[in-house]
Amino acid sequence: MLPAQDKTRFEQLVLPHVDAAVNLARWLLRNPEDAEDVAQEAVLRAYRFFSGFRGGDARAWLLQIVRNSCYTWLEKRMPAESVMEFNEELHQVASPNPETIAVQVSDRAKLKAALESLPVRAREVIVLRELEGCSYKEISEVAGIPIGTVMSTLSRAREKLAQILGGNAAKEASNEL
Amino acid sequence: MNCELSATTLHGYFDGELDAVRAAEFEKHMASCANCQASLKGLRSLRVGLQKADLYQGASIRLRSKIAEELGSQGRGSSRKWKSFLVPALSMVILLIAVWAAVITQHRAYSVRLQAELIDAHVRSLQPGHLTDVQSTDQHTVKPWFDGKLDFIPPVGDFSAQGFPLLGGRLDVIEGRNVAALVYGRRKHLINLFVWPEGKDPAVSGEGSRQGYNWLSWRAGDMQFCLVSDVSLTDLRELQQLVQH
Repeated sequence: MLPAQDKTRFEQLVLPHVDAAVNLARWLLRNPEDAEDVAQEAVLRAYRFFSGFRGGDARAWLLQIVRNSCYTWLEKRMPAESVMEFNEELHQVASPNPETIAVQVSDRAKLKAALESLPVRAREVIVLRELEGCSYKEISEVAGIPIGTVMSTLSRAREKLAQILGGNAAKEASNEL
Repeated sequence: MNCELSATTLHGYFDGELDAVRAAEFEKHMASCANCQASLKGLRSLRVGLQKADLYQGASIRLRSKIAEELGSQGRGSSRKWKSFLVPALSMVILLIAVWAAVITQHRAYSVRLQAELIDAHVRSLQPGHLTDVQSTDQHTVKPWFDGKLDFIPPVGDFSAQGFPLLGGRLDVIEGRNVAALVYGRRKHLINLFVWPEGKDPAVSGEGSRQGYNWLSWRAGDMQFCLVSDVSLTDLRELQQLVQH
């Protein structure tokens, strides 16, 4: 087990990011209860592997473990989910109604549903960027993908999200001008 | 800049991930691109919407206390492991102390027994006809006499000039072992110098009195020396210096 000074270091470096762990798990699993269980398990795993933490971004390090735990969980329970790549056609929605978009964007339930309807790999970059405020580099660390892939996944995910929310958000914004 | 190519550039700019040069390029492009301006505005409204929707789910108090509890129990687990290591370690230390104490006690017992035997040997040597087997004041007579009688050669010197004349030598048995005994005179007194090679027995060094006799023991090289006499310890120390040089 960890010596006492490592436990203190873990408490100082990693435990502040338990909120981030739960939030990521909640959006990857789309289930608040399972999220707490998986996040707890991931934090304890992180504790066991803490001697392997070489310093650096503790949040990204923890979130990477959380993400892996979530994907394992998803693969066990819903094999189709985790292997599903970003598929443009799968999430085609009806033509947007520009008048309602402003209302929809401020509607929590609609945003939540829209975010949850995104494929998991699109969802995770949105959650990490928009809710967690991670940099591209951090997202690349957490998701284990190159920064270029982070950029392209993120731009497609945003477009998709805007589309689900009632069309192209950019177009909606331009209508507002 | 071609708008078709700037999709990720737009997002990179929006996220503050472009380097200064590329950001400046994009700003230059955007000044004349209504499409990109609109897209940027759309991205902002999306971000604001997501933030306002309060979608972030932090850890519950229940989860925090569960984690703290688990870490605590793992900490206790490690301290239990530490204790399970500590107990045999402490036992080992206690055992070593006991062995060491036993060795010390045994050594002291040996030392006391040895002194008693040496003093007995000294007293025995004072009996008529027991003092010397080879009676000579000549070290060149005494030293060869031991040859063949012992499995070692004791250093033999005559210190008549310093007031310690060599009187002779004999064989003696101390602790079941043959030892050389050299006899020196000091005024009208006799001094026995017992010499034997160091064996498995611990070194004995020191000085003291017993039954009215003084003794002085030391070890030099691989030889154990012991002076016994009724002369003063000062005289014994003086003779010790002479033997050593």
